[in-house]
Amino acid sequence: MNVAGIDCGAKNVKALILEEGKIIAKSSVFSGFDQKAAAKEALDLVLKDAGLKKEDLSHITATGAGKEEVSFSQGTITEVGANAKAINFLFPSARTVIDIGAEEGRAIKISEKGKVVDFAINEKCAAGAGTFTETMARALEIKLEEMGALSLKSQKAVPMNAQCAVFAESEVVSLIHTKHTKEDIVRAVHDAIADRIASMARKIGIEKDVALVGGVARNIGFVDSLKRDLELDLLIPEDPEFSCALGAAYAAVEKAKGG
Amino acid sequence: MGAKYKTEPLKCWDKAKEIRLNYYKNFATAHEKGGLRWAGGAWSFDAIPAGLGDDVYPLTGEPYGAAVAFNKDFALKCHEAVEKAGYARDLCSYMRNYWGSILLNKYVFGGEFPKPDFIWQDHICCSHAKWYQVVRDLEGKDIPMHCIDVSVGPYEELTDNKLDYVVGQMHDGIEWLEAVTGRKYDDEKLIRAVHDHCRSESIWAEVCALNKTVPAPLDEKTMYSLYVHGTLNKSSKIVADFYEELRDEVRDRVKRGIAAVANERCRVMSDTQPPWAFLSVFRYLEKYGCVSVGSLYTFGLIGMWEIKEDGSWGPRKTPQEEGIEIKDRDKALRILASWELNKPEWQHFYFPQLKSEMMIRIAKEWKLDGVLLHYNRGCEGLSLGIAENRLALKEAGFPVMSFEGNMGDEREFDEAQTMTRIDAFMESLDFEKDVS
Ligand code: SF4
Repeated sequence: MNVAGIDCGAKNVKALILEEGKIIAKSSVFSGFDQKAAAKEALDLVLKDAGLKKEDLSHITATGAGKEEVSFSQGTITEVGANAKAINFLFPSARTVIDIGAEEGRAIKISEKGKVVDFAINEKCAAGAGTFTETMARALEIKLEEMGALSLKSQKAVPMNAQCAVFAESEVVSLIHTKHTKEDIVRAVHDAIADRIASMARKIGIEKDVALVGGVARNIGFVDSLKRDLELDLLIPEDPEFSCALGAAYAAVEKAKGG
Repeated sequence: MGAKYKTEPLKCWDKAKEIRLNYYKNFATAHEKGGLRWAGGAWSFDAIPAGLGDDVYPLTGEPYGAAVAFNKDFALKCHEAVEKAGYARDLCSYMRNYWGSILLNKYVFGGEFPKPDFIWQDHICCSHAKWYQVVRDLEGKDIPMHCIDVSVGPYEELTDNKLDYVVGQMHDGIEWLEAVTGRKYDDEKLIRAVHDHCRSESIWAEVCALNKTVPAPLDEKTMYSLYVHGTLNKSSKIVADFYEELRDEVRDRVKRGIAAVANERCRVMSDTQPPWAFLSVFRYLEKYGCVSVGSLYTFGLIGMWEIKEDGSWGPRKTPQEEGIEIKDRDKALRILASWELNKPEWQHFYFPQLKSEMMIRIAKEWKLDGVLLHYNRGCEGLSLGIAENRLALKEAGFPVMSFEGNMGDEREFDEAQTMTRIDAFMESLDFEKDVS
């Protein structure tokens, strides 16, 4: 049986196909202004990669902020529910999932069976999300991908107080003017987001093991900051940005089986 | 899944609307009839000015602020006017809507903003203390103001001395009312108003208690349009009589199994004032067959409760029902003060645990599946300790979803994000959207 999960996110649409529970193909395209078209493109790509036709899919489940735009899906699941399913499959020992996407950070407490017990989402603010790092990379005139490695070279912790991406940007500029090294500033940015994410996760009560997913999990500098803040190790899947799509695909399996 | 229960509109709905509109109209036109206007908070002891005559009309600030909030465009104009005048954006948003109306000189119900003849207030939260001080700054220092300090702690710690402190201020207040209005005070009218006050609040509690029934005869969105009468003028005969009529109709709905939400299969409650411009949140819940049966806020701001023999919450017996005869002013004031200080919504200003206990009681007795907590940035009073309430509810086994917003300032509410949260919450409770 083949099923697909589509995560129609704010920045990218990710699609993934499972064959008998195993990932056989993935695709990711830029969401752009037309999420509907982007979702279709992501599906076409993943089908091509898997050598399948749409008719070969028993079920398609959509998730993500634009899930309602995925006109060809037969069901939807929230990002919270999708992450819970994916992580329960990938790391059965995980009881807390931290997901940091482009525009939203969320913390989810899950049961042994992968059921959502509690969740928290950052409030109407980019300060706890991927966009924040992008803004800061621009202010520092460095590439987003360079941030992780740079941050690990930092020699000293510099506090950043701003709670808001706009104010944080001006704080970064003033740190540049006060001759702090880029390495230290990048770490300060990561520490600041980690601090916000950790406090959001503490709201629901952090229970081990903790998994980290979402595109920001690829940033080794941020991961280091978050580990330090939480004082524990993090489980990170191979493709952290595909966690929601994977969870949606598992939901599709359940639906296809009549669940 | 289709409709499980029969549903029908409330018969007394139009009457509810009419009473509310008349109230606002009466205030605006009081002078044309030779009457008086007073302004104050919804918590004020409104039975006391009633002793000045039947032509003395109140305008309570919070429901007025909510009415403005409901009118998004006007609310935004009010906020901008208040900010331009130099007041901070994070103050009570009802208060800002009220001040904005003064600054714009526009009454949300039409015409110019009517200036009160006197202010009759009490101080339950910090905003209450400042609200009418600024009103006088804006409308004129010539408006006389009387405030009653009610900071005597929770009811369970009420002593005779504390009660004397409040009642003493009430006595002073009556002398003050006579002095500033030049009218002779009528104790008979006071006694009648105290009776009606207790009657309104006991009956409103009874209406809320009827919502323990499955399916719930009322949903919270509807209750907002009904509890409001108590916040306008709880001591008036019109409100007490209306609540009796409403109670009878709700009893009848229960008897006939009439539901507020035809596909009810999930029951929740909310907390604090809702984001008034976005009551669509409650309609969205219905897509999941979810009914919000009320909240400590809707039950306890106007409703007066007591623990019944079986240990459950029920409407508090009125002094009349207890056979207590009110013969004079002092007795009337003493009963009024003690009755009001017992109100559920007053208690948690002192200690969040008191609120948690009441919320857990509601969650159990009203058979709830979960709770939606509004982290309301517009109200420092009722949002106090809400994060602690969340922990207590969770500990008691009730799933909780929180969302941020502002009862009166839509700039602080994200509708799409809140709906997404509801989706995740409903999913975690295993409820799917009703697609039929
Ligand atoms: S309790 Fe809330 S709404 Fe009422 S005056 Fe205080 S801050 Fe404003």
